[in-house]
Amino acid sequence: MPSILSISGVSKTYATGFTALKEVNLDIERGEIFALLGPNGAGKTTLISIVCGIVNRSSGTVTVDGHDINKDYRAARGLIGLVPQELTIDAFETVWATVNYSRGLFGKPANHAFVEKVLRDLSLWDKKDAKAITLSGGMKRRLMIAKALSHEPRILFLDEPTAGVDVELRQDMWAMVRRLREDGVTIILTTHYIEEAEAMADRVGVINRGEIILVENKAELMRKLGRKRLVLELRSPLTAIPEAFSRYALELSPDGGQLTYTYDNQAERPGVASLIRDLEAGGIQFRDIDTQNSSLEEIFVNLVRREP
Amino acid sequence: MNLRAVWAIYRMEMARAFRTVLQSIVSPVISTSLYFVVFGSAIGSRITEIDGISYGAFIVPGLIMLSLLTQSISNASFAIYFPKFVGSIYELLSAPVSYLEIVIAYVGGAATKSIILGLIILATASLFVPLSIQHPFWMVVFLVLTAVTFSLFGFIIGIWAKSFEQLQLVPLLIITPLTFLGGSFYSINMLPGIWRTVTLFNPVVYLISGFRWSFYGKSDVSVGVSLGMTVVFLLVCITIVAWIFRTGYRLRN
Repeated sequence: MPSILSISGVSKTYATGFTALKEVNLDIERGEIFALLGPNGAGKTTLISIVCGIVNRSSGTVTVDGHDINKDYRAARGLIGLVPQELTIDAFETVWATVNYSRGLFGKPANHAFVEKVLRDLSLWDKKDAKAITLSGGMKRRLMIAKALSHEPRILFLDEPTAGVDVELRQDMWAMVRRLREDGVTIILTTHYIEEAEAMADRVGVINRGEIILVENKAELMRKLGRKRLVLELRSPLTAIPEAFSRYALELSPDGGQLTYTYDNQAERPGVASLIRDLEAGGIQFRDIDTQNSSLEEIFVNLVRREP
Repeated sequence: MNLRAVWAIYRMEMARAFRTVLQSIVSPVISTSLYFVVFGSAIGSRITEIDGISYGAFIVPGLIMLSLLTQSISNASFAIYFPKFVGSIYELLSAPVSYLEIVIAYVGGAATKSIILGLIILATASLFVPLSIQHPFWMVVFLVLTAVTFSLFGFIIGIWAKSFEQLQLVPLLIITPLTFLGGSFYSINMLPGIWRTVTLFNPVVYLISGFRWSFYGKSDVSVGVSLGMTVVFLLVCITIVAWIFRTGYRLRN
């Protein structure tokens, strides 16, 4: 099946001379949740803005479900819903008016039943007559989502959706994103919260300094690039790691009661067995042993650091 | 054509006017009444009539034009600047809406508001002075043309402006002086020779003159020239707006 969003050779240089994107190529598959990770200023928002028609690109092509975003912008944009990073709403409008306005703006006929459903799903129905300015930050975020969903998009962009949002609302949002995916909506999210990508994404893309440096299935990425940690609870604390263990990447906890060994689980010889043998031979006894996979966050940090 | 979008924007703009009814409607009516009190009474007691028209009645078309120009500009410039300022313009730019539809909706909303205001001022004025409208059709033509032209001009200012200060700059430093010096309160024939010639470079003269002709059948410059100048300014504004949208000037860059 052809991808629902195809970005090909897209570059963007701003009038100031700053190059935000360099020859970006990216294909998003229909119905997936794609997480775009990257440090601040990496080009995530610029890329989204180009796809949504907010910023003109310098070169390259973008098609949304086969529709060129310039030649056939009506069809392309009509498929997309965007929840931007900033809480940018006309503060003096009511929730009801602003969500219905968004639906009209996208050329959809009025459908109060649908708008009511969207507001109820986002726990905003009680606030429908409230002005946006009176809403809390979390409520405003929900309102931005309601506006983006008002015209029944097939692709939803969530740019840092849970920035500054409390844990409960974050859980609600994740549940909502999963529901949307079940309805066949493709979701592209950018985030700083790596656990968000880890919990939700099917695939992960990493962008750094305007270049996509990696696109990978999340599970595959964690398998390939994941490092493992072996944590040993010692019977008696050490003051320092003995010289004989210098060939192992060991870390001693401040209280001396825990030794952590980090290793590459894809390596031919991860060194776990020899470490344990050497510890026994050295008379260092442990009462518990635990292994942990590295998180996507660590993978991400390593990837970005690796870049020159 | 995405008519639903045009309607959505237009309705939102009109709702804003009714929400801020004090600022949008009441305050211009009060200031117009003050003009009547100050100019009509103070100056009117010294200049009884111009071209056979009582001074109070003579200034009515100029007063309406004064409000029409300033309100068209401020309505349209604010309408497009505000979403730019708060960032909510992202929604407009990401919607399946053409530039033409955006202009029709915003300029239509701003022009409607200032036309309503012009008619309210006309009704207010009729309480102070006896009015006659000799050419009602042409009065409406001048009213609509001026409202649309200056709403377009305001739209351009709203897109160009990077701050509230810039937003106020053109109306305050250019439009208000031009309007006051454009014959709102006097006939340009009352000016000494050289100043009369200088005044002819002021485009507002043609608007006020043509508009006053539609009321009393008398004008400082010929009606054809007035109409022509208004249309020329309209075309200039349309050209600039077309360029803004073609290049994405200060919107998509």
